[in-house]
Amino acid sequence: MGIDLSQFHATFLEESFEGLDVMESSLLNLDAGDSDSETVNTIFRSAHSIKGGSATFGFDNVAKFTHVLETLLDEVRSEEREVTQSIVNALLESVDCVRSMLEAQRDESDYDEAQVKSVQDRLEAILGNSGSVAEETVDEVVSSGSTNNSEGWLIDFKPHLNMIQTGNDPVRIIREIKSLGLLEVKTSFDKLPDLSEMNAEDCYLSWEIELYSDVDESVVREIFEWVEDECDLVISPLSSEIKTEETSPVEEMLTATEVAPVQTQQNPEPVVEPEIKKAVKKRTKPVGENASIRVGIDKVDELINLVGELVITQSMLGEMGRNFDPSNIEKMMDGLAQLERHTRELQESVMRIRMLPISFAFNRFPRLVHDLSSKLGKKIELKLSGEATELDKTVMEKIGDPLVHLVRNSLDHGLETPDIRKAAGKPETGVLHLNAYHKGGSIIIEISDDGAGLNKEKIRSKAVSSGLIAEDEILTDEKIYDLIFQPGFSTAEAVSDLSGRGVGMDVVRRNIRELGGAVDIVSKEGEGSKITIRLPLTLAIMDGQLVRVGNETYIIPIVSIIESLQAKKESINKIVDQAEVYKLRDEYINIVRLYEIFDLQPETTDVTNGLLVMVEGEGSKIGLFVDELLGQQQVVIKSLETNYRRIEGVSGATILGDGTVAMILDVPGLVVMSRAKSSVNEDKVA
Amino acid sequence: MATILTVDDSTSMRQMVSFTLKQSGFDVVEAADGAEGLQKAKSGKFNLIITDVNMPKMDGITLVRELRALPAYKFAPILLLTTEAGMDKKKEGKEAGATGWLVKPFNPDQLLSTIKKVLG
Repeated sequence: MGIDLSQFHATFLEESFEGLDVMESSLLNLDAGDSDSETVNTIFRSAHSIKGGSATFGFDNVAKFTHVLETLLDEVRSEEREVTQSIVNALLESVDCVRSMLEAQRDESDYDEAQVKSVQDRLEAILGNSGSVAEETVDEVVSSGSTNNSEGWLIDFKPHLNMIQTGNDPVRIIREIKSLGLLEVKTSFDKLPDLSEMNAEDCYLSWEIELYSDVDESVVREIFEWVEDECDLVISPLSSEIKTEETSPVEEMLTATEVAPVQTQQNPEPVVEPEIKKAVKKRTKPVGENASIRVGIDKVDELINLVGELVITQSMLGEMGRNFDPSNIEKMMDGLAQLERHTRELQESVMRIRMLPISFAFNRFPRLVHDLSSKLGKKIELKLSGEATELDKTVMEKIGDPLVHLVRNSLDHGLETPDIRKAAGKPETGVLHLNAYHKGGSIIIEISDDGAGLNKEKIRSKAVSSGLIAEDEILTDEKIYDLIFQPGFSTAEAVSDLSGRGVGMDVVRRNIRELGGAVDIVSKEGEGSKITIRLPLTLAIMDGQLVRVGNETYIIPIVSIIESLQAKKESINKIVDQAEVYKLRDEYINIVRLYEIFDLQPETTDVTNGLLVMVEGEGSKIGLFVDELLGQQQVVIKSLETNYRRIEGVSGATILGDGTVAMILDVPGLVVMSRAKSSVNEDKVA
Repeated sequence: MATILTVDDSTSMRQMVSFTLKQSGFDVVEAADGAEGLQKAKSGKFNLIITDVNMPKMDGITLVRELRALPAYKFAPILLLTTEAGMDKKKEGKEAGATGWLVKPFNPDQLLSTIKKVLG
């Protein structure tokens, strides 16, 4: 039967990656000298599954590698070998190797074969045996007996009483022998007791079978493989003298009685061809990480439950509508309120499907901290909390790299080496704490350490020397810390190979802002730093401020609004050769007249008659000139590009309660436009 | 047509076994570990049970032992899927009452021919 095994590859890869994660985290919990059997068993089981699957699905390189790995793990499991740090390290590296091989398989790319080879060599060196384990020790059928140069085999088959209790049927075995050639079977009833003494669960019969065939003895023995210990078996070559002429083969007899059903079972029609085609088609989709999402059954049940509620409400309202009576208006309002509640709950549940616990993003850190701290010669304890906090899968994927960067920064620049810590009167082991929790409609991720903290003076002088601030500028602590997020800023004295090449923090902030989030840092010199990241729970919904310009409604993301104000005439300045600016406290902020950008007829063109909404994007602020502020609401973001086309200054659209479409303003885009336009606009403004 | 219970903690192996058997017209029920397998076996009637050995919660050998203690599965064929090349696990499985075994890696054809042996 031709079954395309590649249709199972995606599942195999997915579960293997999960298995590798389990191995990794278990290995990190495994200390030298420890032989916690459950941990070791878990590690062994993962390796074992990956080995079995990779061999089955044809990933021979992985199978070969994991075989060596499994052999070592088996020795650890059976306590033949003690766990040492070097074994744990080798195992961790093996996890990386397997992961790289599987990733190469998934992405159809290459992996570092030399690296894999060197780790495999190390495993083999630990096993104290070079090469031989790598050879698949698949059961070779060793032909123990002679090859067949006689006419066949005489098989003396005496099942033990209990043979059928293991589900083995002697008749089935005889049938199988029959497939090898002509049979002559003599049944012995010698041991058959009286009916009164007979136990229905025992096997009392035995057989003497003459098989006329040129197969090897090993082939015959293989048929008895499962029952070797449950029968007395003697197989000897049939010599021509033994073969007696008078006994005619009873093959026909057997066919008539026992074998008949076999023929009908032999060829069950292969069913469902379309299913194969479907499966093949499915396979053409790239096997990417984003291809699927694992959803807990409770979430699905909740959805089904809510849809059920919705259907009930809908039918109730439908019924009311058909026989509408004004006296029922109150009941109908109740029904509509119910509908609203269910719809909202349904929306929330659907959103939750995309939500994953942040442990998916956190779980790479134990390994990272383990590896880096030993490389840096630091002692660091990693604390994780709030791992069950959920956030959107897309947000999670995009926050991964910035988090790694921040953690590396903490390890590299924040936490000190044991001797420095000791000198400063701190415990030798530094603590790095990752925490996550929900606050309002956002998720907060905190990365804190009890390291050296930020040196304000150093940051300040660095900022002065790189021209970011003037020498005599007075800055609040907050502003000083904020400088480290400026492009091209780094205080590291020496560029290390881990982090701090002067790129990074600005990229981190940009990535977080692209997700509609924000990042802040607070620090106390000598005591440590805390970085706080605030992210929206999902990218599909956001909190928006509705504003009116002429007859149109626009939506400004609330995260980017700093404040809204009525403009004072004396604060508006028209800088020569520059755009119109508004003096807000000590800052000059470009004014952007939205009606000009979108070519609308506004209620007023006088800035003092409307409102200025101060927004921040791309690191600078602009004041959006609008006619009126309307309400605030959660809006579902629809892509404009997929439904219409891209428009400058607009990031998407949404449908309002009354059915009209409102554009969502692209604040960073508007900031860039205002920078570019300031020179073009000058004659218009002046 | 016969109903088969396949017990394996690896989703991909389970899918492969299940798909292969369904294509041959068997009814297939899946379980992800020994405990789930035992519970499903108790609540249904299966003509054959195919189980992995190494599984969380309850391993395949224990599952075989538990099944053999049930009247409904006293004589039912139970096959072990094993990667153990050595005889140890096979012997252990046989002592627990397994009918036979199939050594991983196997392909769908090998699986079917083994199953025909016990259900034929």
